Amino acid sequence: MIAAPKPDLVTVNIDGVDIAVPKGTNVIEAAKQLQKDVPHYCYHPKLTVAGNCRMCMVEMGMPAVDPATKAPVIDPATGKQRINWIPRPQIGCGTTVAPGMHIKTSSPMVKDAREGVMEFLLINHPLDCPICDQAGECKLQEQATGYGRGYSRFIEEKNVKPKRTQLGPRVTLDDERCILCSRCVRFSKEIAKDDVLGFVDRGSYSTLTCHPGKKLENNYSLNTVDICPVGALTSTDFRFKMRVWFLKQTNTLDIESSVGVNAVIWSREGVIYRLTPRRNDEVNDTWMSDSGRMLYKQVAAADRLAAITVNGAPSGLDIAINAAAELLKAGSVAVVGSGRASVEEQFLLKKLAEQLGVSAALVARTGQGDTLLISADRNPNVRGALVTGLISALPAAQLTQLAADIDAGKVKTVVSHGEDLLAAGLTAAQLAKVSVIYLGTHANATSAAAKVVLPTLHTFEKAGTFVNQQFRIQTFAAAVPGPQGATNDLAVLSKLVVALGAPATASDVQALWPALAAAVPALATMLYKNIPETGLLLDATPWASLPFVEGETLKFKPVASALTT
Amino acid sequence: MAVITVERKPLSFLERTYLPNIAAGLATTFKRMVQPSETLEYPEVRPEIPVGYRGVPTLVYDPHGREKCVSCQLCEFVCPPKAIRITPGEIPADSPNAHVEKAPKEFKIDMLRCIYCGLCQEVCPEEAIWLQNQYSMTGLTREEMVNDKKRLYELGGTLPDTHFKWDKKKAAEEAAAHGGHH
Repeated sequence: MIAAPKPDLVTVNIDGVDIAVPKGTNVIEAAKQLQKDVPHYCYHPKLTVAGNCRMCMVEMGMPAVDPATKAPVIDPATGKQRINWIPRPQIGCGTTVAPGMHIKTSSPMVKDAREGVMEFLLINHPLDCPICDQAGECKLQEQATGYGRGYSRFIEEKNVKPKRTQLGPRVTLDDERCILCSRCVRFSKEIAKDDVLGFVDRGSYSTLTCHPGKKLENNYSLNTVDICPVGALTSTDFRFKMRVWFLKQTNTLDIESSVGVNAVIWSREGVIYRLTPRRNDEVNDTWMSDSGRMLYKQVAAADRLAAITVNGAPSGLDIAINAAAELLKAGSVAVVGSGRASVEEQFLLKKLAEQLGVSAALVARTGQGDTLLISADRNPNVRGALVTGLISALPAAQLTQLAADIDAGKVKTVVSHGEDLLAAGLTAAQLAKVSVIYLGTHANATSAAAKVVLPTLHTFEKAGTFVNQQFRIQTFAAAVPGPQGATNDLAVLSKLVVALGAPATASDVQALWPALAAAVPALATMLYKNIPETGLLLDATPWASLPFVEGETLKFKPVASALTT
Repeated sequence: MAVITVERKPLSFLERTYLPNIAAGLATTFKRMVQPSETLEYPEVRPEIPVGYRGVPTLVYDPHGREKCVSCQLCEFVCPPKAIRITPGEIPADSPNAHVEKAPKEFKIDMLRCIYCGLCQEVCPEEAIWLQNQYSMTGLTREEMVNDKKRLYELGGTLPDTHFKWDKKKAAEEAAAHGGHH
């Protein structure tokens, strides 16, 4: 890996403390490094600077020099170089640090400026927090607590603007709450490349609106809801569902594609209410696709499998495991793994395949990549299967080899870990010839035809790891308990391995990792609990020659990754 | 330790007869016989409830019949024994109150959990939940002791309003729609 060139550092003084920050940093980010909060609305670290909300005012000064000789002017009282303070506050977001710059983030002038801005912002704000979905995560609420006066001096009529506007299929707009920060406008233009939003009219009539005849319907529209500092843009799906202060946040990963977008599950008492992105500058910045967010609905879907069955009749876990073991011991078994399973599950499935003396197949799922945060490989963890050695070549979309083996009578039993074999190219006639052991979350044609059905947990209900397209291993945690009757995949797989005569293996993620690290060379030095929130890059050289299907996405270049990772 | 001997005062003649004390006791007895009664024949007779009494929490309508609760769930959040459970919902667009946008789909207060602390009334930004005069809650099952939205409005009824903030909001919207002041 080529080391990044050492950035030029600039030393600035913020509230009396000297700090060295990279050249080009603005004052808000520099102050953040000292844990000093500069309140702001329009500034967003991943968007261009607009500087229109005027909330991030700071006092700024430069060391004084004699205009003629350029010699430093020394203050006789302190013996140090005098600071020439600018008599008016400056915006922190639009001010780039310069050597020797002095900043005050909490002086009386700064506080006055913030209180003035807050009073103006609240003049026309409808103050309908009781019915606003943003309440609890609203920057306007937070800053009003810090810099608001608590009562209004404005006795005139407030503005009336359009409310409950459907900007698109997933976003609702309330223009009265809008503070015209233009974050959404900039996001649509710069990140989503779908420039449909803009301001019309002037002065207090200024209104956020969609281009006539167009809709905010790109697959990244819900990011505008995330970055909206107030309740102007809200999610139609999450509208009036639950207050955010009741929701528990659990770190997870997007299961939509191999990009491995970092996300947060918001749940209350075992019910998931929404999925939002989590910042990871190496993977997804602060963005996430709309389609990925909606995948939480799989968890409470009506077709979730919740009953362990043997030959179609309800059964218990141990009886079903024994029935499955009988089928497996009879030989002629094929194992179909999943690119949607975690690294740990793939590791145990590999153990099962080794026990049976067969190699496993995976089913490829591909689609058009969108060059942003959805890649062409729609399985989140194909690389995990490569790393654990479950497979050695890239999977195909159709199980042609398995179909041929069934026709030839070489396979009598198929273990499928969550894959619908009919969708993967087998015919119903071929499926009828074999006994299927199905471990999965949702009902499908394969689960209906299976001899043994073992309901397992959805990704959001269990912990584990995925390896994304950059060969970055990232963790996800269990957010909600699974439905009654479903068993953790690891428990089912370890029971199956043991039933085939292997020594007992751990059946939870933490306990399994020492064995996993010992057996998988690429993971030899790590443990589940040591993987940081932003993930760890693995050495991808053993697989550099494989023809991966992914194209370029936001933080991923296929060719470059083959060379540098 | 020194011992102090206290001389007991001998009783006088009247005291020895006990008659004055008997007369005083009878005087109290006869006084009580003619005084008005202090107790109530509960439950036939109910006590007068003082102003500001914290009885059973209820939901109220405003004088125009609009349900005041907008299901902001602050009472659910503040409730110390977690007695309140709200399912928020949206007011349909064809309702006269569509401008309020939000109303509870279901509102449940578990009176087996409620401790009558009044924090829900204190925190309510819409003045929609009130602890009123009702003090006696009985039931034969646990389910009966959970007041649902319908029962809460039956108990609450209508209370006077001094703000009418949502009516003002609607008036401003209508004025703007007719080309009045923005």
